[in-house]
Amino acid sequence: MATNTRSLDKVTLLDWYRQIVLIRQFENRCDELYHQKKITGVYLHLYSGHEAVGVGAVAALGEDDHVLTGYRDHGIALARGVDAKPLMAEMMGKRTGVSGGKGGSMHLASRAHNFWGGYAIVAGHLSLATGIAFKERYMGTENVVLCLMGDGATNNGYFHESLNLSAVWNLPVVWLIENNFIGMGTRIEDSSGQPELVKRAVAYGMKQGPRIDGQNVIEVHEAISEAVAYARKKGPVLVEALTYRYKGHGVSDKQYDARDDLKRELDDWQAHKDPINILKDHLLAGFDGIEAELAKIDTEVHEIVEEAVRYAEASPVPTYEDLIRHIYVE
Amino acid sequence: MAEKNVPMREALRAALIEEMERDETVFVMGEEVGSWQGTHRVTRGLLEMFGERRVKDTPISELVIAGAAVGAAMAGLRPVAEIMTINFAFLSIDAIINHAAKVHYMFNGQFRVPLVIRAASGWGNQATATHSHTPEPIFAHFPGLYVACPSNAYDAKGMLKTAIRDDNPVLFTESIALYSKPSLIPEEEYLVPVGKSDVKRQGEHVTLVSYARGVEWSLEAAAMLAKEGIEAEVVDLRWLRPLDLEPVFESFKKTNRCVVVEESLPHFSFGSEIAAQLQEAAFDYMDAPIKRVSAMDVPLPYAKEIELMALPNAQKVVDAVKEIVY
Ligand SMILES: Cc1ncc(C[n+]2csc(CCOP(=O)(O)OP(=O)(O)O)c2C)c(N)n1
Ligand SMILES: [Mg+2]
Repeated sequence: MATNTRSLDKVTLLDWYRQIVLIRQFENRCDELYHQKKITGVYLHLYSGHEAVGVGAVAALGEDDHVLTGYRDHGIALARGVDAKPLMAEMMGKRTGVSGGKGGSMHLASRAHNFWGGYAIVAGHLSLATGIAFKERYMGTENVVLCLMGDGATNNGYFHESLNLSAVWNLPVVWLIENNFIGMGTRIEDSSGQPELVKRAVAYGMKQGPRIDGQNVIEVHEAISEAVAYARKKGPVLVEALTYRYKGHGVSDKQYDARDDLKRELDDWQAHKDPINILKDHLLAGFDGIEAELAKIDTEVHEIVEEAVRYAEASPVPTYEDLIRHIYVE
Repeated sequence: MAEKNVPMREALRAALIEEMERDETVFVMGEEVGSWQGTHRVTRGLLEMFGERRVKDTPISELVIAGAAVGAAMAGLRPVAEIMTINFAFLSIDAIINHAAKVHYMFNGQFRVPLVIRAASGWGNQATATHSHTPEPIFAHFPGLYVACPSNAYDAKGMLKTAIRDDNPVLFTESIALYSKPSLIPEEEYLVPVGKSDVKRQGEHVTLVSYARGVEWSLEAAAMLAKEGIEAEVVDLRWLRPLDLEPVFESFKKTNRCVVVEESLPHFSFGSEIAAQLQEAAFDYMDAPIKRVSAMDVPLPYAKEIELMALPNAQKVVDAVKEIVY
């Protein structure tokens, strides 16, 4: 359930810290495993740098609310409480993966968590979010859909058609843009006539939410809590969180090695706007003697990730039966 | 058994009404389905009967019509989304192929997509190049999707009811030229099973394989051929997916000759697929090349004389049969 941000207690903040660190370590480990060729394939888009957006936003939801995102989905799955073991198994294409080894890194989902998936067609999931939200209205229930997307996703037809329909049908959706200022190699100024993306809400006559600091989990949580409350009672809201990707577009992105300007920009974000540091500073300033607790969390998380890796490595690969199963509902 | 002569449009409408009455999760959405009463009048009166909650007019947004229907289906509803004509489904194609047909598989069975997308299909009345497509085979290319192509009012009703009840996504195409054509329909409820072909006419000299409007030309051609002593067997596939070719193979083993009749274009087509599968399954029974009667490989023009020239008809089927029955 949504927490009241003004009375954020230590337990909540430590829980967010744990989640953010878990995502960071999980992604670092994925990166390593990819370079060791234990995670294979061409697509692996890490959530490093974005952690506070996913954690703060998902924390604003109730269990019966819904979450969808694009292909940069590992962090959202973890924030939603999906176990690291089947997530890591999916990275390695194992039968025990959340998607049975058939979805891969870009297609993680867990029905049990109302996490409807990562989707790899840019903005495709926006239309699904609209349909899932429609079901809530149809049944007269009050659950909300949180739909995350990249800045690049605001430029194809799915965005336009989905946001417009959500406004016309007054659907309970929080549209959350994770604006990291770039899509693959195209800067926001080169892809959007209006680079303040949240302003697009005006065109649809939907509530224009705030443009927030996506590196500050507390700020994200507060903004999304308000947006969720609005969506639940009234209708769709568009929110924009400013953030930065630490590991390039995906594992095959070599731009940062080649370009000094990008490298400097990245260094700047890591030095001054890192979501872990921001939360850590907040905790250190607010709670005496918390350092030991933070260190303990770091170690525990390390063990969770290592356990996930061991589990994934020990898991079997899918079989011929898996290959031909679930094409249709039998 | 009481029967009534009902045009396909009304048979489809009856199927929608019966299913909406039977199951509250069934709803209709699309452009002009409500207050306009449906572009093809299939949804006539539904808004008045079921109200705005269950009959949803949408903006001209083919992509999100299909995509929102996928989401609603994943969430447990049974949407029947109408794409005004299948020509506009090219704007929906990502939602249909990359989402409707994939999510069940890609997430290892966690989600189901009990969805029907209805789309009016076919040419006629000089609708011209952008408005005369019959791309059913394109959709049938993809595993994960069912493709229904009824050839008459009776099948249309039973197939639509089945499609709505099925837990898989179905692209349900309706030949515009058949909307007004009636068939005898029983008053009591019936269903037509998914993926079952139907032999519409028995004959021993040649097998005609078709679906949707092609069945009409095939039957017409069979009647013409019968006058000359050639008895054609007509197999109506009804569904391009699941594709039930058993009756075609059976028929071919008897006739040893086959003409595939399709409203669509000839390249990479339905006809190519049937011919390929037939020679693999029944090569030893083949007495003549498998012929294909398709639309000509051109965009459709406006002027009636050349529009008709480009399109299949019963006479073209007769001519093709005569090339291989001697
Ligand atoms: C419809 C579509 N077009 C292009 C692509 C290729 N592609 C994958 S990610 C991406 C960039 C998306 O950027 P953004 O939405 O900003 O997300 P980010 O990677 O920054 O998180 C592109 C062009 C795709 N997957 N789908
Ligand atoms: Mg981006």
